[in-house]
Amino acid sequence: MGNNEDVLVKIDSIEGTGCVVRGDDIDTDRIIPARFMKVVTFDDMGRHAFEDARKAAKGKHPLDDERYSHASIFVCGQNFGCGSSREHAPQALMRSGFKAFIGGSFAEIFAGNCTSLGLPCVTLGEEDLAQLMGSVELDPTQTLRIDLESRKITSRAGEMEAGMPDGVRQQFLEGSWDATRVLLDAGDAIEKTAASLPYMAPQA
Amino acid sequence: MTDQPKSLFQKVWDAHRVRELPTGQTQLLIGTHLIHEVTSPQAFAMIRELDLPVRFPNRTFATVDHIIPTDDQSRPLKDDLAEAMMSELEQNCRDYDIQFFGPETGAQGIVHVIGPELGLTQPGMTIACGDSHTSTHGAFGAIAFGIGTSQVRDLLASQSMAIAPLKVRRIEVTGALQPGVYAKDVILTIIRKLGVNGGVGYAYEYAGPVVDAMSIEERMTVCNMSIEGGARCGYVNPDQKTVDYLRGRRYTPDDAGFAAKAEGWLAMASDPGCHYDDIVTIDGSVIEPSITWGIHPGHNLGVGEAIPTPNSVPDDERAGVEEALEYMDFAAGASIAGTPIDVAFIGSCTNGRISDLREAARVAKTGHVKEGVRALVVPGSMAVQQEAEAEGLDEIFRAAGFQWREPGCSMCLAMNPDKLQGREVCASSSNRNFKGRQGSPSGRTLLMSPAMVAAAAIAGEVVDVRKVV
Repeated sequence: MGNNEDVLVKIDSIEGTGCVVRGDDIDTDRIIPARFMKVVTFDDMGRHAFEDARKAAKGKHPLDDERYSHASIFVCGQNFGCGSSREHAPQALMRSGFKAFIGGSFAEIFAGNCTSLGLPCVTLGEEDLAQLMGSVELDPTQTLRIDLESRKITSRAGEMEAGMPDGVRQQFLEGSWDATRVLLDAGDAIEKTAASLPYMAPQA
Repeated sequence: MTDQPKSLFQKVWDAHRVRELPTGQTQLLIGTHLIHEVTSPQAFAMIRELDLPVRFPNRTFATVDHIIPTDDQSRPLKDDLAEAMMSELEQNCRDYDIQFFGPETGAQGIVHVIGPELGLTQPGMTIACGDSHTSTHGAFGAIAFGIGTSQVRDLLASQSMAIAPLKVRRIEVTGALQPGVYAKDVILTIIRKLGVNGGVGYAYEYAGPVVDAMSIEERMTVCNMSIEGGARCGYVNPDQKTVDYLRGRRYTPDDAGFAAKAEGWLAMASDPGCHYDDIVTIDGSVIEPSITWGIHPGHNLGVGEAIPTPNSVPDDERAGVEEALEYMDFAAGASIAGTPIDVAFIGSCTNGRISDLREAARVAKTGHVKEGVRALVVPGSMAVQQEAEAEGLDEIFRAAGFQWREPGCSMCLAMNPDKLQGREVCASSSNRNFKGRQGSPSGRTLLMSPAMVAAAAIAGEVVDVRKVV
């Protein structure tokens, strides 16, 4: 295998402009409709992010709003990314230029997929989130900063406390969010655990 | 002796812990890795690029379900994209020596239907699959996670995943279900009460007299939709029914070792007096046949209830209710019963098993599909299909005007040719009523039990199945 040390990327902060997509319980079918998953690579996912929602909004969807065209921080409501486990959803948004998510809350599989891709998902309390959304909509050119080290989000709306599970935060800070290498580091402890489980013995 | 009583979740977790990671997460061994054509090709591409082998090919099992057509499955598949995905999976399985349950094996089907029927799913296991409905396998007392493609890669490479421990919420369903009320109605009610994100951070342990009385297939329906309630997984403690279901299956032969195996399975059940982070009680005797009216599974109500008005719900739900009413084009305060339907779909990993088809057939016998309604019955697997045909269920459905199809995921997520058209309304035994879920960007889905779907197909509108049988 290659030299994995080369690919260890620590992520301690993200800066960029935001794009606000309002609404709670936005599911991964909406982020990437299933018909676009009939492919064996993720290459085209970016082109189809929120495709049906954008068509239905007839140009009024935030992703079609020119003011947000350079946004790299996705700002969303509660339970974002619920439903299907498809990694195609965060892939679609990553390939549309997003590097991080700020939301009220995230569905767990979605957040886990984002972690695997190096895209932090951080949460804000309801009042802070409402303020941030309003501020970004008023001035989309402002720079948002997510600091994972200090757990702070700064914007024109001020400095806010950001939430993120400790273990996940540490994965970003130490560069172990791409878990393959860390998991392989366990070496034969994997086989030892397997050997302690009768059902994992090779079939006779 | 002085051993602390433990929940099943804790026992399984402890047995599969490879090590604690510096992040505080656990590296958890996954005993059974199930793969399918949609979420695995990129993972295989990644391990090829990293020049890594598949660590436990003998614990990795594949089938094809999402893209497979349900009319003509002859090769090459008519849809080039579907054919490419299926060929890719076949090639990956050959390259890495992974057992592939394709149509030619006679064991193909929806991954969450065939795992249990082959006996691959067993109590006390950890299971993962690149599909959110992997929680289904919890019906056997397994801890089963839906994962994304990067984690499929990690599992192929290391048979393990990094995950933080979950809290455990015991959900006790008390009393007894009324006739005409099914497992589907129970899980819809649980999701309605606890919310579509109420389970975040939790494993759900389903228990109580109603769950005890359920068959294994009914328990699968309940566990299947755990993810719709936001829970990472859901399970039922194994009992004698679990053992009886597994006896004599392909991977659980009824041999000299079976009794010892079964004893081990039963010992995995949560100990009396173990710690739960939360306990919720739901009265099963008042649950009605339930139906979704909106755009997520929590938007559901009893068949006798009226669709909510934006003013009747808490402030934080109002915008969602307004959006749902607009998308569905339903009137606030109207009765859900009597809503006309265009399509009826019976199938999916939630409700595509033999007991589901039997209940639907019992209703189908009472009439004929209403003119203008398109009704599909899609068995969950080839084994279900064969069993149903041996019992003559296919003839009952056909005689009543239903189409009898080949197995697959079909119109649950419409990655094959089975799709809604335009604004069609579909009575569906599947698991998600998200906008556009069934293949038309403006299509509308009403989730309900298979018996309710059959009743709606005949009436041409939503009806209370209790009035039919």
